[in-house]
Amino acid sequence: MSDVQPTHTKQDVTRNTNQDTRALLPRVDVLEDDAGITLLADLPGVPKDQLELKVEGDALLIEGVIAPFTPETLEPVYAEVRLPRYRRSFTLSRELDASRIDANLKDGVLTLRIPKQAHAQPRRISVQVG
Amino acid sequence: MYESMRGFPSSLFGELDRLQRELDDVFGFSGRPASIRSVPPGTYPAINIGNTPTSVEIYAFAPGIDASKVEITLDRGVLTLSGERPSDLPDSNDKVSVYSRERLGGSFRRAVNVPDDVDPEHVNATYRDGVLRISLARRESAQPKRIMVQ
Repeated sequence: MSDVQPTHTKQDVTRNTNQDTRALLPRVDVLEDDAGITLLADLPGVPKDQLELKVEGDALLIEGVIAPFTPETLEPVYAEVRLPRYRRSFTLSRELDASRIDANLKDGVLTLRIPKQAHAQPRRISVQVG
Repeated sequence: MYESMRGFPSSLFGELDRLQRELDDVFGFSGRPASIRSVPPGTYPAINIGNTPTSVEIYAFAPGIDASKVEITLDRGVLTLSGERPSDLPDSNDKVSVYSRERLGGSFRRAVNVPDDVDPEHVNATYRDGVLRISLARRESAQPKRIMVQ
């Protein structure tokens, strides 16, 4: 179990310069239930310390760098994964509580749980007949 | 040795592949020959291959699998990886809505032909951070040797 804490930065912080480098788009699954949203992202090759999760305003940024291959003398002969990093961002909506995101990285799969604000959880609205 | 293992010249985006295919239709085939075991782009798992003087290293980007259940066989110079990736998605019910469903799952199989000089007795595989690394040692007779001048 390796828990990763997302860092929270203010919106006025200058954007990471990494933003300009090319990156792979990780594949994701996004699920929603009554209490929140679960995002699963495939980030094979990214160790925990190379994963960066950022919330800027309502934007969620996922960025990870693939650990360099060992051994050092490796001469690449064939590659389908041609860039050493992944990046993808999402816009969160207002009812989600970005300050309580829970993140877990295991076997190259990132699981993010984004809970809804307590008051945003569904209530049954009864229809008055009258 | 390592022709493209994808059906047509690889690129990262499916749209570019489609464009490439259309250009090939119009201007004639321009890419390198494809491997007879080529697969469509985006097939799970993606594979990178590298050489060192003493080994051939194969990296399979296979997130979310139980590595002990992956079957790796080396038969007549063809290394085959096969296994199954369990789905993380819950059974469909009205409590959960699924918006994006891009991650690949189910059973997979990939084959790579390896050089003749690898020693089938010295293959080892490790799984870390979702990457399966298979290291195939080269036979000692095939490793570079320094030749002394008498």
